[in-house]
Amino acid sequence: MSAAPQLDPFLPDIYSVRDVRRELPDTVTLEVAPKAGARPDFEPGQFNMLYAFGIGEIAISLSGSAGSGETFIHTVREVGAVSAAISKLEVGAELGLRGPYGAGWPVNAAEGSDVVFVAGGLGLAPLRPAILHVLANRNRYGRVVLLFGSRNPTDLLYRDELAVWRQRLDVDIDVTVDHADAEWRGNVGVVPALIPRASFDPTDTIAFVCGPEVMMRFSVAALRDAGVPLDHVYVSMERNMKCAIGLCGHCQFGPTFVCKDGPVMRFDAIADIFSIREI
Amino acid sequence: MKGLEDILREHPFLSGFSPEQSDLIVGCARNHRFNAGQYLFHEGDPADEFYLIRRGKVALEIVAPGKPPIVFATLGEGEIVGASWLVAPHRTMFDARAVELTRAIGIDAACLRGKCDEDHSLGYEMMKAFLPILVQRLNATRLQILDVYGRA
Repeated sequence: MSAAPQLDPFLPDIYSVRDVRRELPDTVTLEVAPKAGARPDFEPGQFNMLYAFGIGEIAISLSGSAGSGETFIHTVREVGAVSAAISKLEVGAELGLRGPYGAGWPVNAAEGSDVVFVAGGLGLAPLRPAILHVLANRNRYGRVVLLFGSRNPTDLLYRDELAVWRQRLDVDIDVTVDHADAEWRGNVGVVPALIPRASFDPTDTIAFVCGPEVMMRFSVAALRDAGVPLDHVYVSMERNMKCAIGLCGHCQFGPTFVCKDGPVMRFDAIADIFSIREI
Repeated sequence: MKGLEDILREHPFLSGFSPEQSDLIVGCARNHRFNAGQYLFHEGDPADEFYLIRRGKVALEIVAPGKPPIVFATLGEGEIVGASWLVAPHRTMFDARAVELTRAIGIDAACLRGKCDEDHSLGYEMMKAFLPILVQRLNATRLQILDVYGRA
């Protein structure tokens, strides 16, 4: 059951913080629940607009399970005034929330195929609901591969959860970091370099890619080189989203608006404009 | 059980070479086993051998005085360690350390270098085999130094 419909699309609902978990020195995961009504349903890959009272509003991807539940989960990194304020919220604090918005990962359409997740840095957060969905419905998918790149070993997001996922025999997980000292026993190198090493059927694979745009560009090229058709590759775009409902134009990306046509987009639909620096 | 020759002939590295050229390369090959922590080579060593990793993982390291080694890449199964043998002054540019028990096929590069000088067709195929690897690693290094996961 969803919360009562909003008459004014810009009026946020009031949520309170149920739990705060520090992931990294500048990154927290917040669990928030509506003060009234039920949490709206959402799809993996969608986002909410989080409002720090008196400071501002930002788009943050949903990073919790899309299954039934009372709360939304958001992983937030401090990069500006609003994200810093939201990151400092404590249990019991209130914030405004609009959403969920946007197009998500096509997890249902991927059933029957191999699924390759390619995540870079904080890009693991928007992919997490899709990963949780696939793992919860594991028998509906072929091979499942998660390739995750991070800056260094101390910046690895969801480290404990990665360790749990690694124990499963039905998921191939490979992690790499850009820089490491000799104590690190894992891979060193960029995440696209993991793609040729991974085991999946490129002709029957759906790939979900999320991370910094440069990383996604190199990853899509590696997937293409591995034989994955570009209409089987999905990326999560990031632009400056303000209204979140396709009215203001701040997040315009060529002929599309990232807030309503994305953030998840099929790569072949945006391939021609993806590398144009003015866009 | 597959012998060294069979293993090497199935390796993608040899796919572009003629049977005669492959024979020559196979003739320069020998098996290696490196325990975790053991070095394949150190920076400045004569680059007289390169390695095709069969199993395991190799870390490429650079050491700055007074600081712990920095690992800038790891290579795994099917990948090639060492390209300095192709370029004068034929000395390695970094340290290569086995992260875990690693089995590799070593190719006698000093011998092969001479053969490439004598037979330019072989040398050309060798360059075609190595150049894509070097370009791929150069591109990866470019992405690495962009520090794309850095703070906005």
